[in-house]
Amino acid sequence: MPFFSPLPLAFSSIVIFLMMAGLALLLQNRQTFLVNMAFFLSTVSCGIGLYAGFEAVASGSMQTMIMPIGLPDLPFYIRVDALSGFFLSLASLTGLMVSIYSFDYVKGILSARKATKLVVFYCLFMAGMLLVLISDDAYFFMSSWELMALSSFFLVSFEDESAENRRAAFLYILIAHIGAVMILLSFGILAGFAAGFENFMGYRFSAMRSAEPGMLWASIAFFLAFFGFASKAGVVPLHVWLPEAHPAAPSNISALMSAVMLKIAIYGILRVCMDIIGVQVWWWGGVVLVIGLITAVMGILYALMQVDIKRVLAYSSVEHVGIITVGIGLSMIFTSFELRMLAALALTAALYHCLSHSVFKSLLFMAAGSVLHSTGERNMERLGGLIHKLPWTSALFLVGALSIAAMPLFGGFVSEWLTFQAFLLSPVLPNALLKILFPLGAALLALTAALSARCFVKVFAVTFLGQRRAVPTTETHEAGMSMRLAMSIAAISSLALGLFPSFVIDWIDTVPQSLVKGRIASSAGAFGWMWLTPISAERASYSAPIVFIGIFAAVAVAWLAFHGKKAATRRSATWDCGFEKMTPRMQYNSTSFAMPLRRIFGFLFVVSESVRTSHAQPGSAPRIRYSLRIEDRLWYVFYKPFSDAAYYLAKQANRLQHGRMQIYLLYSFITLITLLVFA
Amino acid sequence: MTNSSSSIIVECLQVATVVFLAPLFTGWVRLLKCRAQARTSAGLLQPYRDIYKLFFKEVALAENASWIFRFTPYMVFGATVMAGAIIPVISTRAPLSATADIIALVAIFALARFFSALAGMDAGTAFGGMGSSREMMVASLAEPAMLMSVFTISLVNRSTSLSQMTHVIVNSPIMLRPSLAFALLAFALIAIAETGRIPVDNPATHLELTMIHEAMCLEFSGRHLALIEWAKGIKLLLFASLGIALFAPWGMATGGTLQSLVISYVTLTAKLAVIGVAIVLIETRLAKMRIFRVPEFLGAAFLLATLGMLSYFMLE
Repeated sequence: MPFFSPLPLAFSSIVIFLMMAGLALLLQNRQTFLVNMAFFLSTVSCGIGLYAGFEAVASGSMQTMIMPIGLPDLPFYIRVDALSGFFLSLASLTGLMVSIYSFDYVKGILSARKATKLVVFYCLFMAGMLLVLISDDAYFFMSSWELMALSSFFLVSFEDESAENRRAAFLYILIAHIGAVMILLSFGILAGFAAGFENFMGYRFSAMRSAEPGMLWASIAFFLAFFGFASKAGVVPLHVWLPEAHPAAPSNISALMSAVMLKIAIYGILRVCMDIIGVQVWWWGGVVLVIGLITAVMGILYALMQVDIKRVLAYSSVEHVGIITVGIGLSMIFTSFELRMLAALALTAALYHCLSHSVFKSLLFMAAGSVLHSTGERNMERLGGLIHKLPWTSALFLVGALSIAAMPLFGGFVSEWLTFQAFLLSPVLPNALLKILFPLGAALLALTAALSARCFVKVFAVTFLGQRRAVPTTETHEAGMSMRLAMSIAAISSLALGLFPSFVIDWIDTVPQSLVKGRIASSAGAFGWMWLTPISAERASYSAPIVFIGIFAAVAVAWLAFHGKKAATRRSATWDCGFEKMTPRMQYNSTSFAMPLRRIFGFLFVVSESVRTSHAQPGSAPRIRYSLRIEDRLWYVFYKPFSDAAYYLAKQANRLQHGRMQIYLLYSFITLITLLVFA
Repeated sequence: MTNSSSSIIVECLQVATVVFLAPLFTGWVRLLKCRAQARTSAGLLQPYRDIYKLFFKEVALAENASWIFRFTPYMVFGATVMAGAIIPVISTRAPLSATADIIALVAIFALARFFSALAGMDAGTAFGGMGSSREMMVASLAEPAMLMSVFTISLVNRSTSLSQMTHVIVNSPIMLRPSLAFALLAFALIAIAETGRIPVDNPATHLELTMIHEAMCLEFSGRHLALIEWAKGIKLLLFASLGIALFAPWGMATGGTLQSLVISYVTLTAKLAVIGVAIVLIETRLAKMRIFRVPEFLGAAFLLATLGMLSYFMLE
């Protein structure tokens, strides 16, 4: 195997990360040097990974290797194919941007605390995610999965002095492990049916692929794996950890978790559910589709209600995971009916969305990090008017907001457009129920897209436009050079994904080819690189470059014709309707902006709203306090009963404990006797 | 995707028509409305005079306004003009029509709205935010209904490409399809919401409790306001033309011959005149509804579109 081929390169990228994690411990006393070196190596290593992944997808070839480490007789199997190559390049691209961003960002927190822990777990986290992608057996996969989960646990609890962050980290690790257990059980079923339950030989993925567990056990394995991975991806109702954990972590880590780790979970769904188990009946895909739709709608509705900028982004990640899951569900349904081309279309849409979501979500998290970095605020109700102080961050955030709101010309639009096209082709399905339900799904997706636009109008406008709502506590300054560079790369990538979709589709075409045995690149690019015609030109076509040129030309003509010096421009105070001078508090804020939707969709939340009026002194104007609490209804349905039950059981079990040595000795004695009697 | 020079001329002609005749259509609607309400009208050409006057007036910017506020009018105008190049207005074979299908077209309007909503929040006043919030609410509820309507139409035409959809209807015999009838009703309700007409929004009001679109654009002045008003006029014309293209394109030119273009212009003018009458009838007969009734209004549009889809599966 030549060294400059995907597998060795991916492997060396991982080795660099692992080495750096070890080296960081030796450099504890030279923090600035440590940060520079770690993120330089990380950038290089991500560059290598990006090349490896790009090559693996472009060539569509598969490379395998056996590593004689691990337990005796259970070596690690490694494999890089188009699917893992795609996610490898996605992870490396995001890693590259976040690593560049981290130079200045991490130096900014050095004054407050040491960064050694951050660097060590950052490297382990990246290594863990990349290892998941190249592993080809259940044992190696689960080890890598755990490396990823545990290192991110320490990253979430990095600022561990706050009880809130510790709680978030605990919730995260708890749900991560429930998911891991489900994945493990699924592997157990598959390995058992592949090579019998008496030996370990079924642990390789290649053996599992040939397993024939029958309908019932296949369904169980499928859904165990799906929900296991879904818990990591943040699919409703397993999403509760996500809006807690992502804001708690430092912003560069939030970017990685949201943009990459969730995609690793999506990779898991594709690898295990579609590749290893394979879709056998349509209702599997149907369940996935419905869950995806619920996730998308609930995610964006929750996002709309938030006032913490990082929580909004976290909830919107839930939404986008939902959209990706919808694409996967569609692809599964089409696969089960042997509609290969449509399956490829839906899968391409899902993969495209993975890629563009990684880019724009990391951009938004990085920009939110810059806001946090320069103002010390995460609460949008205390922000506003930052566009004057942070011109770079605000312009780059705007690109991210336009992309995430699925505006044409930007990254998010192409994938949503492709998903809609896949939905609109549903009348070819032979099942009457699906024919009627699909359009309703498409309508829900349209609702999601529109709400997403609304949500990011709110986030951008409340944070960056208008006037600052609270008196700044620190001096507001623009983000550092490396942060601006990283965000600019992300913004340009997002625009490129929006403007040149046919190149990207041509590149990722090998993935659907290997996974669903269908492809769309030949029809999607049939009219040259400017045109996107997923099925045929008569069906639908979209040309992002021409639309871009058209809008640009129209704007330019309007500008040249009317922006002349025919009339003066004057700055003046806004009209206050003749009342007293307006204060920044009179502006619409995040809560008031979302109010109409809270009223329409309020039944989905637990909303407690109260207005208290108190008279400080007789005759003076009354003081009015307004308080609003919005809670996740699903928490009360899916989690509260279980946590209450667990607490109750623990309390009962607690009765065994008295703190007296004699009683514990008695327990041991009784246990021994019992064992002797029954042994 | 043809590149012959005649189709390029048709395309230019279409964009010019849309851009320069839009104020006329607005004037027509206002004129009819004045007559219907027994008022004296300012004349058919008043919108032109308004826009012309505004271009020479001073721009008063809020102290706080950023570049977003100054860029928005151009962006809104540019996106709307681009939409005008995509929708088949005088010919089914306009070359730019293939650059975006109806889903992308809706997204182009959404892009313009995104910037308007940002500009509404930019001045830092309560009105602008109120307008933005309400406008985005109406839009987010209109979107699913719009998609459902599009879905139903695309079932009949097996396409979402605008020129192809129009082409199919032009070349098929005139017949009543229940699915299209439902879709048309749904589309009409959505168009009322999207263009901000009564009963969803009142384009003539400046009363704080009832404004939606106007509140968002309240801070614009001078040439900025001119562009916003002009774009609004174009949008009204475009939604009317979109309705014509999707449901009643008969008479529209399918090639680039002079004769067919003349017929196309004549039929277009007649259809627009009728649509103007319809708008005025609705606006004089109905009162503006409460803002929290709008979800029900758009819910009705959604249900109508769904019925259209079901009737396609059952009857056609």
